[in-house]
Amino acid sequence: MNVEQEPTVAEVIERSAGMPGALLPILHDLQEVFGFVSDEAVVQIAHALNLSRAEVHGVVSFYHTFRRKAPGRYVVQICRAESCQSMGARALEAHAQQALETKTGETSADGRVTLEPVYCLGNCACSPSIRIDRDVFGFVDEARFDELMESLS
Amino acid sequence: MTRVFIPLDTTALSLGAEQVARALQAASAARNLDVEIVRNGSRGMFWLEPFVEVETSSGRVGYGPVRAADVDALLSAGMLEGADHELAHGPVEEMPWLAQQARVSFARVGVIDPLSIDDYRAHGGFAGLQKATTLGAQTLVDEVKASGLRGRGGAAFPTGIKWQTVLDAQAGQKYIVCNADEGDSGTYADRMLMEGDPFALIEGMAIAGLAVGASQGYIYLREEYRQAEWVLGEAIRLAREAGYLGDHFELEVRLGAGSYVCGEETALLESLEGKRGMVRAKPPLPAIEGLFGQPTVVNNVLTFASVPFVLAEGSAAYEAFGVARSRGTLPFQLAGNLKTAGLVELPFGARLRSLLEDFGGGSRTGRPLRSVQVGGPLGAYLPASQWDTPLDYEAFAELGAVLGHGGVVAFDDTVDMLAQARFAFEFCAEESCGKCTPCRIGSVRGVEVIDRIRQGQRREENLIVLKDLCDTMVDGSLCAMGGMTPFPVRSAIEHFPEDFTER
Repeated sequence: MNVEQEPTVAEVIERSAGMPGALLPILHDLQEVFGFVSDEAVVQIAHALNLSRAEVHGVVSFYHTFRRKAPGRYVVQICRAESCQSMGARALEAHAQQALETKTGETSADGRVTLEPVYCLGNCACSPSIRIDRDVFGFVDEARFDELMESLS
Repeated sequence: MTRVFIPLDTTALSLGAEQVARALQAASAARNLDVEIVRNGSRGMFWLEPFVEVETSSGRVGYGPVRAADVDALLSAGMLEGADHELAHGPVEEMPWLAQQARVSFARVGVIDPLSIDDYRAHGGFAGLQKATTLGAQTLVDEVKASGLRGRGGAAFPTGIKWQTVLDAQAGQKYIVCNADEGDSGTYADRMLMEGDPFALIEGMAIAGLAVGASQGYIYLREEYRQAEWVLGEAIRLAREAGYLGDHFELEVRLGAGSYVCGEETALLESLEGKRGMVRAKPPLPAIEGLFGQPTVVNNVLTFASVPFVLAEGSAAYEAFGVARSRGTLPFQLAGNLKTAGLVELPFGARLRSLLEDFGGGSRTGRPLRSVQVGGPLGAYLPASQWDTPLDYEAFAELGAVLGHGGVVAFDDTVDMLAQARFAFEFCAEESCGKCTPCRIGSVRGVEVIDRIRQGQRREENLIVLKDLCDTMVDGSLCAMGGMTPFPVRSAIEHFPEDFTER
């Protein structure tokens, strides 16, 4: 098997630096590769796009998607929006925090799961919904949530 | 060979469609059956997902909800011949839930293979673009004006007038931007269309490019829609290979990053430019100074997707649907606490009660429905006494409500309307871009005032403060984020005052 070498921050920035409005695509790419946007990356982006570090930090911190520190092995997002509220999402989030012994916005002590809120996954006919990394799950009651968590390594 | 359709739609996947497809593949190989699996969009009957359709000599027959574990039994029962089974629903087109709808924007969604250009063309695809290339720019804009098409993102601005402004603007570069930042809770029509009929969006944007003289388009897609991202990426590649995209009009998907306010068109443009999603003051309108300072058409997914029909069938055919100034159809999205929730496309003028009861089947929990939020997190909560209002833009505006993007979220009688009003402010505080004071500060104050009411502190006086705060936000905010957050709050206080008490 071919072991692909992880690209460097500079290489990832280089991919998109030439396109108009490059900052968000670069941040997405960095997070895709490294899981978060490091302080070092902020400095390098600023240099590559001729922006100040403050400007780059301002953008990174504006958007919920971008993280400034490494997440757990899995990111579990629980929908907090109205449709899911109507089917018990508030109770589901409380259950998740208890089951994972982790507060929303934090990573479990074993580094396995980062628990995050999300405002709508567009899966509203089957509320409540959650997302694990990129996969969306519908009709998630407490029992299904526990099953899904058990299926994670 | 038998063709079997299994959706690649996010909701179908969220309930196990991928596992069903794999199980069917394996089982038909084991039984030596000649089966072709087509991954289609969803019909929008989400309580039946994963919904499997089999093509038979007498049309497509549906089965659902199918689990991977059901596949063997279904094959043994004769599913490939359309045989009866407890999961069978008969001919799909005749299912009453679908047959009672007027599918115009969604005519192909769930029917075709979304990544087959041949299939798209066989269902009328690219006829609009073909016709558009033979017409002049002004004729194209006139045709869209005559159709009465209004923006489907929520604000319902006449599309033709917006296009005219961009056509009239003089500039070396103009842009077509699709707002696919479908952030309203209870909405998923844009997502379904992008996953189930992506060429319709591509075709509509290409026609817009011809109409206003723009050679570059961007689809600003919310980050949460990764499946739509994949489908759109494939569709754009195929359209390019087939020559529908290229030098004359290029298209690119850009991902948002979890910010609700970026669904507001000027914040969206800032975000596309690589900045914080801060709302711009208008004027100048984006049609005059939009993306990178150039004239820009910004429309919603469904608006663009309606354009090919207008061109191919003529503006009169589109205008024939609907009532008064609300022409055409609107895809309603049933969500929340409903038994049979999904996508219902109807001409304007239907009743909310019919959506909730006839289509939605009442509450999923079995308790009485009490409150319905229409039009997303900035839409009003409607009590049962208002459920007979006709669903059109003007009738809803009279109630201080909005149709918005057509999302309908139902709550049963366990809902605490004070908590819902509090959430409206909390969400606004979370998502405000921070540029204007009524939105940035007002939302935080709103949460505090509601908390005082819940704690029983000077209820009457605090309700006055709350109403005053709502007025300030409506009158003084720069955009709909702060300007409409009071809609759900006011409606909750007006129709459910009994919930605004100490508990």
